[in-house]
Amino acid sequence: MTAPVRQRKPRQLSGRPGLYTSYAQHVRLLNTRPKLLAVGAIALLAFVLPWLVADETLSLLGVAMAASIGAIGLNIVTGYAGQVSLGHAFFLAIGAYTASAVSGAPDDDTIGFGVTNVLVWLLAAGLVAAVFGVLVAPLATRLRGLYLAIVTLGLVFLGEHIFAEWQALTGGAGVGRPGPVPVLFGVELNSSGDVLTSDQKLYLLMLVSLVVFGLLARNLARSKVGRAFAAIRDRDIAAEVIGVNLTRYKVIAFAVSSFYAGCAGALVYTITGFIEPSSFNLLLSVQYIAMVLIGGVATISGSIMGAFFITLLPALTRQLPTVAPFISEDASSPLNVFQVETVLYGLLIIGFLIFEPRGLYGIWIRIRNYWKAWPFSY
Amino acid sequence: MRELLSSFLAGLGQGSVYALLALGFVIIYKSMRVISFAQPALMLAGAVLVSYLVGPFGFILAVILGVAGTALLGLGIERTVIRPMVGKPVFVVAIITLGIDIALRVVINGFIGTDVRQVGDPWGFARVSLFGVTVQERYIAMFVTTAVVITVLFAFFKYTRLGLATRAAAFDQETALAQGISVSSVFALAWAIAGGLAAVAGTFVATGAGIDQQLWIIALKALPAIILGGLDSLGGAVIGGLSIGVVESLVATYQLDYAPWLGDNFSVVSPYVVMLLVLLVKPYGLFGTREVERV
Repeated sequence: MTAPVRQRKPRQLSGRPGLYTSYAQHVRLLNTRPKLLAVGAIALLAFVLPWLVADETLSLLGVAMAASIGAIGLNIVTGYAGQVSLGHAFFLAIGAYTASAVSGAPDDDTIGFGVTNVLVWLLAAGLVAAVFGVLVAPLATRLRGLYLAIVTLGLVFLGEHIFAEWQALTGGAGVGRPGPVPVLFGVELNSSGDVLTSDQKLYLLMLVSLVVFGLLARNLARSKVGRAFAAIRDRDIAAEVIGVNLTRYKVIAFAVSSFYAGCAGALVYTITGFIEPSSFNLLLSVQYIAMVLIGGVATISGSIMGAFFITLLPALTRQLPTVAPFISEDASSPLNVFQVETVLYGLLIIGFLIFEPRGLYGIWIRIRNYWKAWPFSY
Repeated sequence: MRELLSSFLAGLGQGSVYALLALGFVIIYKSMRVISFAQPALMLAGAVLVSYLVGPFGFILAVILGVAGTALLGLGIERTVIRPMVGKPVFVVAIITLGIDIALRVVINGFIGTDVRQVGDPWGFARVSLFGVTVQERYIAMFVTTAVVITVLFAFFKYTRLGLATRAAAFDQETALAQGISVSSVFALAWAIAGGLAAVAGTFVATGAGIDQQLWIIALKALPAIILGGLDSLGGAVIGGLSIGVVESLVATYQLDYAPWLGDNFSVVSPYVVMLLVLLVKPYGLFGTREVERV
């Protein structure tokens, strides 16, 4: 009688970080110990940060985190599924307006239903945006590449017109309306309490949202759906031949992406507290494209890096006049920080696409690979 | 009836501007398979250049110099930024042109300033009566100039050696290379022509109300025009541009009477609605070639 074969749990061999003995190990989120430690350290730092830095910085970081959610959404449809969308601003706007309409005060000038629970309006913002994403998706199934880019660009212009004209919802061009009102478990997040200030509370809301949305997206990317997206991106006809249902997965990609955009729009304007209809223009879409391209196409961590980079860029350029006195802070003078900022968006997009198409994520990979083989890195 | 005709003629005038811009898009698309989102910046550059040159040189000479200058600018963009990207995915190149557009427009806006600049055209808002219908003179000028420019352009592509080379390169780059055609100079030529056309269009757009920092948005209306006509059809671009102009003008005239719920200024976005409707029915436009692709 043979001894029963003991099924050993596959484990990672120490000192062999690249060797996987099972598929589960290969697709694990934190597949190496250094990654586990680094991610843990970053998460810990992020959670104690509200007690370490000033409130203005927190509010800026909060916007960056909310923008990260939007960038992840754009990366799902453009990076993972390869469907170029210049219409992200439109979906951000839908999310922002849904959330503020659901949570707004009923007796205000603009539409409001007074449901201030964050969970309710966040979900509503995502779902309404997702519905619009599904409505746009049939175009994506009929069109490819640049045709789709132009159509989604048209969407931004149509959206701008609708938001400027629908004054009952948006307050109209130049007037605007207040952003969503966040209340979670009976705590008003946008007013300072005894324990935490409003900026600290909002920062924590954004952090938790980003972690949840980031994990969900990362899991989507390594599932069957994510592999279908990659197949469609790399060669849509070949994907169809091997049995990927193009219509279905393009609809899923647009729905998920718009859901993320809707939530991001709602969260960003919770922090800024005010929505002006003309802010959802082509430049906003381009900013999100820039986040994805500068951060790293088809990576979640890259989207986050890109969103932080683009959101914090204005804060950096505002410091320029102290270093370079010929750049003025005054918007009406010939060379000012606002111009430098916009030029930088353009130049950074061009520069990254020409010199480092994998974006910030690619730079990180290069640094990592250099030290992996150090001192024999050549 | 008179209102309809007058609106139709104004639409044809405005549409011929869209047609010029659309031709620029299509010429670049046919040669490199890329949509250049830098057209708005080139159009603005042309208009601003004319507005600066019109003082010392007079209108006609200023337009000619402006066209030459903008063509050079297009050429410069192609040489410095687009050339390193040949062979990369078209989406990447398209986004690069978007980056160029943003960066370039900031520089041009610096030259515009906060005032409205005038191109000093001889027409202004003057009107003339044509077969009993009143039309602004500038619309007639737009239509005639566009007709001449397009005729010259089509003749160039059909009868000259360089035009033949351009068509060959658009048809099949590798075979064209094998026949001794310099594909790189064809690319450069395409950008130069697109720049020149954009400058003419920019000058006409700026007639009447002048140049302000929002003028560039008009150039994007050529996108619905090229979608309508099909991305790779020169004739389609002209017809698409004219139709978009007419649709926009008719909507501007009648929409507030018949469909006021669409809001003020709906005519500005009506080209995009037309584009969406056309794409749902004919995904490659009216005259575009259906892509046949092998795995």
